[in-house]
Amino acid sequence: MTDLSTTSTDEDETGGSRRDFLAIATSTVGVAGVALAAWPLVDSMNPAADVLALSSTEVDLSPVEVGQSITVVWRGKPVFVRHRTAHEIAEARRDDNADLVDPQKDADRVQKPEWLIVIGICTHLGCIPLGNKPGDPRGDFDGWFCPCHGSHYDSSGRIRKGPAPKNLVVPPYVFINDTTIKIG
Amino acid sequence: MSTPGNDKTFSNPVMNWIEYRLPIFSFIDNSVGSNYPTPRNLNYWWNFGSLAGVVLVIMIASGIVLAMQYTAHVGYAFESVERIMRDVNYGWLLRYLHMNGGSMFFILVYIHMFRGMYFGSFKSPRELVWIFGVMLILAMMATAFMGYVLPWGQMSFWGATVITNLFSAIPIVGESIVTWLWGGFSVANPTLNRFFALHYLFPFVIFALVFMHLWALHIHRSGNPTGIDPKSPEDTIPFHPYYTIKDAFGLGVFMIVFMAFVFFAPNFFGEPDNYIKANSMVTPPHIVPEWYFLPFYAILRAITFNILFIPAKLGGVIAMFGAVLILAVLPWLDRGKVRSARFRPVYKQFFWIFVADCIVLGIAGGKPPEGYWIPIGQAATAYYFLHFLVILPLLSKFERTLAPPESISAAVLQSNAGKKGAS
Repeated sequence: MTDLSTTSTDEDETGGSRRDFLAIATSTVGVAGVALAAWPLVDSMNPAADVLALSSTEVDLSPVEVGQSITVVWRGKPVFVRHRTAHEIAEARRDDNADLVDPQKDADRVQKPEWLIVIGICTHLGCIPLGNKPGDPRGDFDGWFCPCHGSHYDSSGRIRKGPAPKNLVVPPYVFINDTTIKIG
Repeated sequence: MSTPGNDKTFSNPVMNWIEYRLPIFSFIDNSVGSNYPTPRNLNYWWNFGSLAGVVLVIMIASGIVLAMQYTAHVGYAFESVERIMRDVNYGWLLRYLHMNGGSMFFILVYIHMFRGMYFGSFKSPRELVWIFGVMLILAMMATAFMGYVLPWGQMSFWGATVITNLFSAIPIVGESIVTWLWGGFSVANPTLNRFFALHYLFPFVIFALVFMHLWALHIHRSGNPTGIDPKSPEDTIPFHPYYTIKDAFGLGVFMIVFMAFVFFAPNFFGEPDNYIKANSMVTPPHIVPEWYFLPFYAILRAITFNILFIPAKLGGVIAMFGAVLILAVLPWLDRGKVRSARFRPVYKQFFWIFVADCIVLGIAGGKPPEGYWIPIGQAATAYYFLHFLVILPLLSKFERTLAPPESISAAVLQSNAGKKGAS
């Protein structure tokens, strides 16, 4: 008991009493406990199992003619599948060394050069760029044009002009056979 | 915030019984009653706070009954709103009140904020009143944004997509935050559901913040157009009946305007695209937020270039949030001792330039980002920050202010004498 009273009078020299230590330790453990208990609440807002279960899509490519594009839905997002013409492939390769915002070679963005598969969501703020339907504006680089804030993508889906910071994202996909892909 | 043992007595014995146990009647009397001394010279710019309070109550009342008819599911949300409009008794009235009430709330609060800036209401010792106000406008913005998503029209969906994508600009964790906000990989049913839950919750957060705002206000009490403190009993009058009647008159005028929109132009502030059901595969050609977000939307879009290592997209997001948050430190940016712009001839002019700048930002935010609207939006954004970060600190240091009157009553009697002399 005498010991306790000396420590509490020694506060200034030691920089804190045993009581302070206990108070800090208790509140630290308390805060950590609350943080741990809050995690299930926070994590419950992340994608649920049923949402995650819908995360792959198979696409039959056989009806898509050269020069044609289709839009498929994967995870609630549009995915652009473009059967590129020889001219579009040549353009995309020629521009590998152009002044790119997000430099990437065309070869790194495709598995087979005639099939360009990208997520159809502008990397700026998430609008769907135009250019996948006949008659849509394709922008200045023969790819896609986002009407929301004016981003232009080229025939490899790379950002060339406008506010978007990144190229159109290539989703994970595999060729199951020559004419079928599985996205996701 | 009365203490127990308040010796206030009433003629009604029931009131006395309650008062002895919970001094609620003296609390009311001290807050908005005859026992709350208020500067005698408040003008009509001082009506907007109480008007905003009335609109908050209207929003909560209409919102609760709307929630009883609304279905927060992507398959039914749009249809349930149409059912409210066509089949529910007075559903059209409730929805139009709630829709236009949102716009009215922002008009009132923006005027209330400009009032605070003009008359220096944010200055010592009322900084916390102002800061609770900034928290209120942030909470209002979040509530309004989530409410706009609920009808599940095209603008609801794409507005939600664009605004939630703002968080993807945060380095490293941005994408995970967006997925967490959505509860999936795009704006979808989980997103709609949580927005409905939060849209119901936030008004009560706003209510709590209003309570803090008023509590802080009642410590040092209302400012006034002269910006000087009341010095003697002649400078003040009881809140009730003088300002209750003035607020009631103002409420009457405001309700005429509000009801004119509700009954004669209910979709004036709306976007026709929001009567098209949300379609995640088609983006409307021109996405615009509600009018009250346009100035901030213009600031978001103004940053089209990288600033050092900050990419343009992140820069725009920082500028947009910064434009609101900078208000919180206004009391320390404008440190001039004289509160009211009446005695700050140079500040008064810069104040009106700032108001004009906000209007220009609002117009630029509503235009497609093409041609000369881009540099106009950028110049107006630059001026917005220049006003707070350069002009106000310099003015509060170097401006030669006029001498404020000796007291509030002196100022009032002088102006009355002036009016009589002129007539």
